[in-house]
Amino acid sequence: MADEFLFLTELLGLKVYDLKGRRLGLVKDAAIVPLIHPSRVDRFLVGGGWAWLTVRYDQIRSISLDGIYLKDEQLTPYHSDEYMLRLVRDLLDQQIIDGQGRKVVRVTDVTFEINPEADGQMLSIIDIDIGLRSVLRRLAQGVVPPRLVRQVQTLIPPHSIPWEQCSIIEADPQRRLRLNVNNEILERMHPADLADIVEDLSPDDREAIFETMDSEVAADTLSEMEPDVQASILESLETEKAADIVEEMSPHEAADVLAELEEQTSEDILEEMEVEPKAEVEELLEYKENSAGGLMNTEYVALPENTTVAGAMEALRSHEEILESLNTLFLVDASDQLKAAIPLARLFTAAGATPLRELAPEMLIQVDVDEREDRITELFDKYNLLTLPVIDAEGKLAGVITADEIISLLREK
Amino acid sequence: MKNDEGQIIKRFRYQIAIFLSVIGPGLITANVDNDSGGILTYSQAGAKYGYLPLWTLIPITLLLIVTQEMSSRMGAVTGKGLSDLIREEFGLRTTFFLMIALVLTNFTNVIAEFAGIASSLELFHISRYISVPICAVAVWFLVVRGNYRSVEKIFLVACCLYVTYIISAFLLKPDWKEAAIYSVKPILMFDTDYITMLIAMVGTSIAPWMQFYLQSAIVEKGITAKEYVQSRIEVVVGCILTDVVAFFIIVSCATAIWAHGPKDINDAADAAVALKPFGPYAYLLFSAGLFNASFFAACILPLSTAFTVCEGLGFESGVDKRFHEAPEFYWLYTGLVGLGAAVILWPNFPLIKMILASQVLNGVLLPFVLIYMVILINKKGLMKEWTNSGIYNAVAWVSVAIMIGLTLALASITVKQLLPQAKIAPAERSTPVAQMQGVPKVQSYDSEGHPFKANIHESRVAHLIRQAIGIGKFSD
Repeated sequence: MADEFLFLTELLGLKVYDLKGRRLGLVKDAAIVPLIHPSRVDRFLVGGGWAWLTVRYDQIRSISLDGIYLKDEQLTPYHSDEYMLRLVRDLLDQQIIDGQGRKVVRVTDVTFEINPEADGQMLSIIDIDIGLRSVLRRLAQGVVPPRLVRQVQTLIPPHSIPWEQCSIIEADPQRRLRLNVNNEILERMHPADLADIVEDLSPDDREAIFETMDSEVAADTLSEMEPDVQASILESLETEKAADIVEEMSPHEAADVLAELEEQTSEDILEEMEVEPKAEVEELLEYKENSAGGLMNTEYVALPENTTVAGAMEALRSHEEILESLNTLFLVDASDQLKAAIPLARLFTAAGATPLRELAPEMLIQVDVDEREDRITELFDKYNLLTLPVIDAEGKLAGVITADEIISLLREK
Repeated sequence: MKNDEGQIIKRFRYQIAIFLSVIGPGLITANVDNDSGGILTYSQAGAKYGYLPLWTLIPITLLLIVTQEMSSRMGAVTGKGLSDLIREEFGLRTTFFLMIALVLTNFTNVIAEFAGIASSLELFHISRYISVPICAVAVWFLVVRGNYRSVEKIFLVACCLYVTYIISAFLLKPDWKEAAIYSVKPILMFDTDYITMLIAMVGTSIAPWMQFYLQSAIVEKGITAKEYVQSRIEVVVGCILTDVVAFFIIVSCATAIWAHGPKDINDAADAAVALKPFGPYAYLLFSAGLFNASFFAACILPLSTAFTVCEGLGFESGVDKRFHEAPEFYWLYTGLVGLGAAVILWPNFPLIKMILASQVLNGVLLPFVLIYMVILINKKGLMKEWTNSGIYNAVAWVSVAIMIGLTLALASITVKQLLPQAKIAPAERSTPVAQMQGVPKVQSYDSEGHPFKANIHESRVAHLIRQAIGIGKFSD
């Protein structure tokens, strides 16, 4: 039963026979048409005489290592076709994205399954092979008999990725559509993993992915990248698309990215943005990069001084989207002056009617917008802070610096 | 008007910022280029042939600029490494055999780096059985534990030690006129040692692994086609620096050693003589320079090889991966460092010979890498409007032809000498080549005013080649 599968290395060079058992030629390439079927090998390209012939999947009686036997001889000459993904030309030795292992890999071989089809047989792609085992097959291809290779290769552990977990990389947007490449697999990943993958790709491929990706996912992914990569991606995109992505980012991160860009480009992008996020970002852009103002973000929860625990809970319930990274609440008076910082966890043990003021720690640690970054890291270290409020010249709460910002800062050094 | 000026200054500042941000790959490559192999090959050239080999530096610089520029352009435009591109365009089998050749060549280069470490420290009577294992472990940890980045800058600064050669060259008062003449006057001899030396000089200046390293470094640095212009300046400056240093090494050795009688460099102490104006500090300076260069290259070379091979063959790579995530990468890297160091510990291992031999291997592999590079860089689909111009291609192809010619000449002469009927005993083979004659009148006296002796041996092959291309005999 060893014949239930076939490798691309074995398929290539396989002899093709007509109804009378005469040899027509050898398999030179095979193609799938993703818009019709995602994994079925739709056409086999057979070379014999001067031109290549196309064998359709439903013209085949049987496929095995002994050759391909046809049941229909009406073959057409091969014409290049934009909807075709040719396995040797477009897939073999190229990079693809492995959605399961969350990395970029290079295709060394392809594994097909031989399936029954009407009164014949057809091939479907099941795995993309990477690693040593497939390297061995490639090196032995056409030199060592396939059956011997199959025996020898069992000594090496296989390394494959299921086809449905793979996403091919295509830089041409037109062809992406024709090959039915979508970003479903990518958009399911954690933005940090996706960012690592995209950083591994060439600028053209990056651009293609960002161009077609949902703006929100794109923004999350961009936030996870190195500043210089962020800049080069945004610069390569259409201004409109870039603005869409920047709008989805937190104002603080957006300001950081825009500060990395060439002034003209960053102005163009700001121009395209909606009024509200634009104003916030522009405000943050005023601060120096390595001061408290440059490090802070403006996503915080500030409540009136006299709020009770129950009132705070109520306020949080209506803003579920910020809960994920929230760990401190701030109290401000009528003129926006910062009065207290309350660790979120304290709310759980307090009675509903308790005013938040009473839960505040004795000391309020805060910094001015122009405080230097080394002083800030020192404060984080000394007081084991998770968040640090930043106030402007008038004592108003301007933003907060979070621990993850400090971690990135220290890692850069 | 005022505003315009402000705009221009801003623009200018931005340009400088970009320039500073792309700096790195070109200069690092240039400095690693003058590694132990480089220093000793140039020293040997100067010590044995005096000012004669100086003419090669101009074509070498040109070739170096052309190749390095192509690597960095490909990196910037495609955003992919050289082995990636070779794999994508030429398939796995080609890549595989090229990678095997690269690993073998680079392995001898790694050995050469450890030989450099050993011989530099032996000047201070530190046994290689102590220095080499310690340095091998240090290299491994430095790179795998990821503190390499921070140390890199120290290496770069320490490369200023090369300045000692420049100072030394001036203090030694060489015959500048002669040096200048031979810098532009090509002298070819069909002599095994001389041709070997030429190949080694090209091989050490334009090592195959550098093309892979530079391209990956450009990609990793995230330099794109837009910033490429700044990057190109850096690459060209780096190339010129490399060969300026080479020039002064040769001149120093020619003046300090060859002028008192041509000789082979057999150990580091021989080569250190070139710095003799520094008196008692000569050994220290030479040793420090050689150690820095060797250690620097020993960090980069095995790592770059492991990266290149794993990229090309599609294995996981990177020091940020764990061992079980990238086993092929770590085994290859560890193997190169470990075995490279182990070979040195073989009793009576000829350190300096090995270093020179590794540079010859570089020179032999180079044309093949160049062929792939030139084919790749001319692919419109890959490079868009950044393909090579006609002149560029001409220079590249001529270089390939010359390198293959030199390699074939070397191979045929070597084979000829191995055959019994060729009556050239290895012992009498052209030791005093530097004292050759026939290279016109200017040369009848060396820098010290001693007349040259007519004492040159010509192999039968050399005779045939010379007849074929119609050069007169090398004697009066």
